Amino acid sequence: MEEKEIILKVQDLNIEFHDHLIPETVVYDFNLTLKAGEIVGLVGESGSGKSMSALAVAGLLRRHDMKKTGQILFDGVDLLNCDRKVLRKFQGKEIGMVFQEPMTSLNPVKKIGWQVEESLRIHTQLNKEERYRRVIEALENVELQDPERIVRQYPHELSGGMRQRVMIAAAMICKPRLLIADEPTTALDVTIQAQIVKLLKRLNREEGTAVLFISHDLSLVKRLCSRILVMKSGYVVESGETQQIFYHPGDAYTKKLIEAIPAYEKR
Amino acid sequence: MKIKREPMKRISKNSNFIAGAVLTGLILLFIIIGCIHTPYDPEAMDGAGRFAGISWRHPMGCDNFGRDILSRVMTGAGTTLGVAFATVAIGAFFGVIWGAFAGYYGGLLDEIFMRAADAMLAFPSILLALMIIGLFGPGKYNVILALGIAFVPSFARIVRSEFIRCKNMDYVRSARLMGAGNLRIMFVHILPNAFPVILSSVLIGFNNAVLAEAGMNYLGIGVMPPDASLGRMLSEAQTYIFSAPGYAIFPGIVLILMILGFSLLGEGVRDN
Repeated sequence: MEEKEIILKVQDLNIEFHDHLIPETVVYDFNLTLKAGEIVGLVGESGSGKSMSALAVAGLLRRHDMKKTGQILFDGVDLLNCDRKVLRKFQGKEIGMVFQEPMTSLNPVKKIGWQVEESLRIHTQLNKEERYRRVIEALENVELQDPERIVRQYPHELSGGMRQRVMIAAAMICKPRLLIADEPTTALDVTIQAQIVKLLKRLNREEGTAVLFISHDLSLVKRLCSRILVMKSGYVVESGETQQIFYHPGDAYTKKLIEAIPAYEKR
Repeated sequence: MKIKREPMKRISKNSNFIAGAVLTGLILLFIIIGCIHTPYDPEAMDGAGRFAGISWRHPMGCDNFGRDILSRVMTGAGTTLGVAFATVAIGAFFGVIWGAFAGYYGGLLDEIFMRAADAMLAFPSILLALMIIGLFGPGKYNVILALGIAFVPSFARIVRSEFIRCKNMDYVRSARLMGAGNLRIMFVHILPNAFPVILSSVLIGFNNAVLAEAGMNYLGIGVMPPDASLGRMLSEAQTYIFSAPGYAIFPGIVLILMILGFSLLGEGVRDN
């Protein structure tokens, strides 16, 4: 395999909450390298710290009541300790994110078109017509039917699957180099899940966007990712190539997770 | 999830809203006609017509100077409404900014802003307005300023609670992720979500402002004579309440209808 440029390097990330009397650490010594165009899966049960790590990478853990140590290097810039202004230049433009709950991640009082083009409005100087063209293009790219109609609709007029596609379109519109997908399929039913996973895979192939895919569903991760990190109660217990982890799991917890997949899907 | 009906259908079934809209519309029409044309000059005195009763020439009678009450009610209602409108505009504008910062940033800033608001709310708003009038002197514009300032904290509280509700929503997180700055998130992403609540409190605030304006004029610190305003007319009328009951009754009725109209409209908006 050819050597690709490393775009994201997380080193020794620790996240500690200080909003209660006793400090509580939720992520211990998290390390991750992500190359351009790669899809990496982050799996683990609820509360294992996977979402926290992802939010930190996205620069969304900017509260003062938590302590973060380590480094998150994106393109050599430390997103964890940089100035807010510097961070904002990356957010939306270089890093996009899709959340778990498509019902609440769109603003209920704004039209779809307005929300999808928000990143363009912030990061580019494009005029209205150019932005509109890009929005239509982006909506077509996530395989939504009739984008001219959808841009004029409000979120409550769309189904969950359609909204998640809209979210992906909004996250991808500036052609970011990294897309963080925080359980993007959990709130959707199985057939839609498969479509979304296929869509992410296609976008990854065509646009070359690296994807950090967070899920507790190992069978989905297996289909999508080339590498996997398994997390449990704040620690990364195992990481490696998907095939290796699936067929030669080293950790007892990973074994349990794999055993939990229904037998039919394992084949 | 609540199924949304067509907006027009929802409104047509909302009897509060319709009654309020009709009432407010009639009052507005009355005031607008008053701006363009009144049957008599509202300030023209007529010694012979003092306390003239209800007649075709003076549908609401005449006051102690022989001025036509209908004409004075028409212009006076306009003054009252104008003062109330300006008051609510000032209160809502600064209240929204105040509440938005307090709710969005939270923490120490919230604490300082809200304790300051509490301190202001601890005074009855009329008393606060009287203090400001005491400082700047009476007059229509000072009344607007005084009531406007007195109205800020109540708007701030309402807006703050809406911002606290919205600021942890996923769509705010995703806006931040798109690189939107704090001000953009506050006023472009969150504020439209608070509009329904702000609108209904604006309508309720309108009532309070109409009443407060009438109260201030009743105390004789608002509009200066010979200008008319509903509150001033009521205060002038009380001396002659037995010799010319119409002088008190007609401005009172218009005042009540105005408040009723806005209350119903406010209820209707909240139900919607």
